[in-house]
Amino acid sequence: MTNPKLVSRFNEVGINDWLRVGGKGASLGELAGAGIRVPQGCVVTTAAFEQFLAAIDPRGSIRREIEKVAADDLVACTRVGAEVRARLEGLTLPEDLQKQIATHYDELHSRVGGAGNAEPVAIRSSATSEDSAYASFAGLQDTYLWVRGVDSVIEHVRKCWASLYAVESIMYRRRLNLPEQGLAMGVVIQRMIDSRCSGVMFSRSPNTGDCSVVVVEASWGLGSAIVSGEVTPDRYVVEKITREIVSRTVSTKMRMHRPNRVGVGVIDEEVPVDQQNTACLGDDELLELADIGKRVERHYGCPQDIEWAIARDLPAIENTFLLQSRPETVWAAKDATPVAAPKSKPFDHVFSLLSGGAGKK
Amino acid sequence: MGADGKTRCFTLPSQIADVPGTEGWESMYPYYTRFQPEDDQRFWFYNAMHFPEPMPAFDALTAEVPYEGLGAFTTRVFAFPTTMGIEHRIVNGRIYITANPVTDPAEIQRRLAIFQERAGYYYENWDRLFREWKVRLENLIHELEAIKVPKLPEFDEAEVVTQAKGLGQNHYVRESFHRVIELFSKMWHHHFEMLMLGYGAYMVFFDFCKKAFPETADQTVARMVAGIEVLMFRPDDELKRLARLAIDYGVDDLFASDCDLKKLLDDLRGRGEPGKRWLAELDKSREPWFNMSTGDGFYHHHLSWNDDLSVPFAALPRYVEQLRRGESLERPTERLKEERGRIIAEYRGLLRSEDERQAFDQMLGLSHLVFPFVENHKFYCEHWFTSLFFKKVREFGALLVAYGVLADAEDVFQLQYVEIESALADVSLAWAGGGKPLGAAHWRPIVQERKRILEKFREWNPPPALGPIPSQINDPALQMLWGITSETLESWSRTVEAGHEKEIVGFAASPGVVEGIARVLRNVNDIGQIREGEILVCPVTAPSWGPVFGKIRAAVSDIGGTMSHAAIVAREYGLPAVVGTGQATQRIKTGQRLRVDGNRGIVSILD
Repeated sequence: MTNPKLVSRFNEVGINDWLRVGGKGASLGELAGAGIRVPQGCVVTTAAFEQFLAAIDPRGSIRREIEKVAADDLVACTRVGAEVRARLEGLTLPEDLQKQIATHYDELHSRVGGAGNAEPVAIRSSATSEDSAYASFAGLQDTYLWVRGVDSVIEHVRKCWASLYAVESIMYRRRLNLPEQGLAMGVVIQRMIDSRCSGVMFSRSPNTGDCSVVVVEASWGLGSAIVSGEVTPDRYVVEKITREIVSRTVSTKMRMHRPNRVGVGVIDEEVPVDQQNTACLGDDELLELADIGKRVERHYGCPQDIEWAIARDLPAIENTFLLQSRPETVWAAKDATPVAAPKSKPFDHVFSLLSGGAGKK
Repeated sequence: MGADGKTRCFTLPSQIADVPGTEGWESMYPYYTRFQPEDDQRFWFYNAMHFPEPMPAFDALTAEVPYEGLGAFTTRVFAFPTTMGIEHRIVNGRIYITANPVTDPAEIQRRLAIFQERAGYYYENWDRLFREWKVRLENLIHELEAIKVPKLPEFDEAEVVTQAKGLGQNHYVRESFHRVIELFSKMWHHHFEMLMLGYGAYMVFFDFCKKAFPETADQTVARMVAGIEVLMFRPDDELKRLARLAIDYGVDDLFASDCDLKKLLDDLRGRGEPGKRWLAELDKSREPWFNMSTGDGFYHHHLSWNDDLSVPFAALPRYVEQLRRGESLERPTERLKEERGRIIAEYRGLLRSEDERQAFDQMLGLSHLVFPFVENHKFYCEHWFTSLFFKKVREFGALLVAYGVLADAEDVFQLQYVEIESALADVSLAWAGGGKPLGAAHWRPIVQERKRILEKFREWNPPPALGPIPSQINDPALQMLWGITSETLESWSRTVEAGHEKEIVGFAASPGVVEGIARVLRNVNDIGQIREGEILVCPVTAPSWGPVFGKIRAAVSDIGGTMSHAAIVAREYGLPAVVGTGQATQRIKTGQRLRVDGNRGIVSILD
C-alpha cells in the first residue's frame, strides 16, 4: 500500500477529489484546471487530517461520542468539542507533513518571484461536507487571512482542523444528523490576494432566479467585509447573452477589510470618504467578471455562486481571481412552473393576454 | 389606496389655474376637449410622449383625429375585450388623456367572442393585408398630393365653360379643404387599423420574456423582435448614398461643415455635368424619403426635410468627411442579423421545458410577423403623409394671405380647422361677390392673441398626471402606446410625494451612466450648435438627428419609448439614453451638468 498524498497542488486535484481534499480544495483545483484564474495554492489532504486524528484517537471513540450527543444539548456539545480541540492543539504535526507544507509554501512564492519566506497566504478550511449542493455550512469553518511564515502556516492548518470541532459546527452537524465517520477536513494554503475590491457573484439572480443575468456584488478591500455582512455592497446586473449592464446600484460602503501589510492578519477600517459612494467596478472589470461567471457556469453545467477578488497591483484581466465557486442551491431546489405553453394558433396567446386571462385555455 | 389607507391623488383637473395672461384660452380648442367637473373623479395623464409642447389651435386636430381612429378600432371594430378608447382633454395647451377600461367579466366575454373572430382574421392574413395597406396608403398620399388649392384668378378657367363643368373655382376652396381633412382622418384610421393588433402581438412576447427572464432589459426583448432593415433608417441611408456620390462625382469639396445651403446649391449648379448629376440624384432621394418630419408628425412647425433642406444637408459634410477618412457608413446589416439570431437562440436555450420553447417560438414568430408593420407604418403615416398634409394646409394659409385675411401663411395654424373653413368661406364669398373679405379685422387679432398665449403656456410645468391615482392600471392600450403600468403610477406618486426637483424620470432606453454638460435643442435645425461630448436634450429624435449621435455623450428626449428612434440609435452608438421624460427640454437648461443613467431611466441635474 502506497502512502496517501499529504499535500496536493491545485493542478493535481479536480472536483471528484472532494473526499481527498475537501470541497473547497477540490473546487479550486477544478477551476484552475478549467483555465480559470485562481490564486496559486495547494491543499493539505484529508488523509493528513485522518493521520493526525488517528494519533489522538486511534479507535475512533471521539467520533462515536459526538454522534451520541443530542442536537440541542449545548452543554454536551461544548464539552466534547472543547475536549477534542484541546487534544488536537496539544499535538505537533508529524514531521513529514510539516516538511511537505514547508516545501509547498516555498513553492508558492518562488514561482511568482516573491521575496523572502514571508509570502502572505490565506489558510482556508475545506471540509468534506462543505460547499456541497445540499448544505451550505455558511461561515462555519474558519478561514485565516494574511498568514505569513511557515511556522504560522502550520499553526493555522491545525487551527482549521480544530475548527471542525467548534461548538457551532458540531451542533450544525447534529441538527442535520450528518455522520461523523468519514467527516474530514482538507486545508487550502493559497497565495493571498491584496484585493482592491472583491465580492460575490451569482450566475443566476438570487432575487428572481433569472438564469439570463449575472448578479455581481462588490465592495472595497477583502471579501471578508461582505461575507461578514459589515458592508452593503454595490450591486450590478449584467445580461449574459448581450453583455449589457442592466443595472448598477452604488451603495455607501463604510467599512473595508485590508491586510496588515507590515504584519499579519486583517485590519478593519473606515473606507476613505471619497471612495464610500464610488462604484468599485468599472465596466470592463464588471464584464470580465460576468464572462468568467458564465465560463464557470458552463464548465459545471449549472448556476454557480462565486467569490472573487481584484488584485490591487496587477494589470487588468490578470488581476481578476476567483476564490471559490459552488453550485447555486436556493432556486435549484424550487419547482419552476412553466411560464407558458404552446397554443393551437400563435395568436391565441394574444387573446389570453388581451382578455385579462379570460381566454386562457 | 396608498399603504396608509388614503387615496393618493394628483392635482384635480378643477384645481388647475389658468396661466396668468392666458385668460380666454378655451376658445382655441373645441368645447369637447374641456375638463368637466365630473372629470375630477377620473385619473388623467399628460400625453407628453406625443404632445410635448402646447398645442397650436390647428394642431389640436392631431389629437382629435388619431383618437377617433384609435378608439374606432379598439372599441367598435375589433372590440378589444378589456379596453375601449382614449378620451382627451386640453388644459393650458396640454393634452391629457384617460382610457376607458372594460372590467365587467360578462362584458369582457361578450367582446372577446367578437375580438377573436375579427382580430383572428387580421392575424391570419397579416402579410397580405399589410401589402394591401401599403398600396392603400400610397394611394391616399397621391390623392392628397393631387388636391389643388384654387388660386381664385379674376376670371375662372375657360374649361369651366368648354367642358361644361358648371362649378366655379371657389367651390373647390371648400371641397379641397374638406378633402384634405378627410384624407387626414382616413390616414389615421388606417394607422390604427393594424397598429393595436401589432402591439398586442408584441406585448404577448414581451410579457413572456418578462416572466421567464425578469431582470432582462426591455431593450433586449426589443432587440429580439426589431427588424434590421427598417424604413425609418432609409432617409439617413439616402444621405449616406448622396455623400458617397458627392465623392464619386468629384463635388465633395463643396460640402464644408459650415456651408450655406443656398450657396452650396448654387455651387453645385455651377459645377457642370457632375453637379447636375448629383442634384438629379438628390431629387430621386427626396421623393419619398425626404418626407421625413423633424418631429413625430404632431406639430405643424416640425418641418420635413423637404420643407427645409438645410436639415438633411447639415448631416452631409460629416458623412463626406467620414467617407474620405475611409470609414464605412454602411450599417452592418448582416452582422446585426446574425447577432439577433444568436441572442434569440441563446435566450431560447435558457428556457427549461420544451413547452416553453414552443410557446416562445410561437410568440416570437407572431411578433416577427407583425413587426414590419409596427416599425414601418410610421414612415407612411406620421412622416410621409403628415408632412404633405401640413404643407397642403399651409397652401390654404397662402390663399388666406393672398386675400389679406392673414398676415403670414403659417398663421393658418393658429386657427381651428373649422375656423379655417369659416375664413375660407369669407374669401369665397368675397371672390364671388366682388367685395373684400372681412377676415383681416376678425382673425388677425385672434392670431396675435393666440401666439402670445402659446408662449405663456410654455411657462407652465404640466403635472405628469391629474386626479386620483388608481391602485392598479391594466389597460392594454395605455401599456402598448405609452408604457404605462402600475409601476409607472407608483413611481409618479413617489415623485409627487418626495417632490424630486433635481431628477427627471423617463424610460431607460440605452444602458450606461455618464455625466456631462447639457445642450438643449428644441429643433433639429439647431444641431449645428452641439459640441463634441455634450449631452443632447431634445423633444424627440428622428433619423434626421442621426448625425448628432457621433458627437454626443448621451441623449435625453421628451418623447419616445424603448423602441423609439433615439433609443435604437443610442444603442447602436453605445450611448446612454433616457427617453420619454415628458419634460426634459423644459426643466434642463443648456450648460447645466447632468448625470444620465440609462440603466434606470433617470436624469439628474447636478447643479
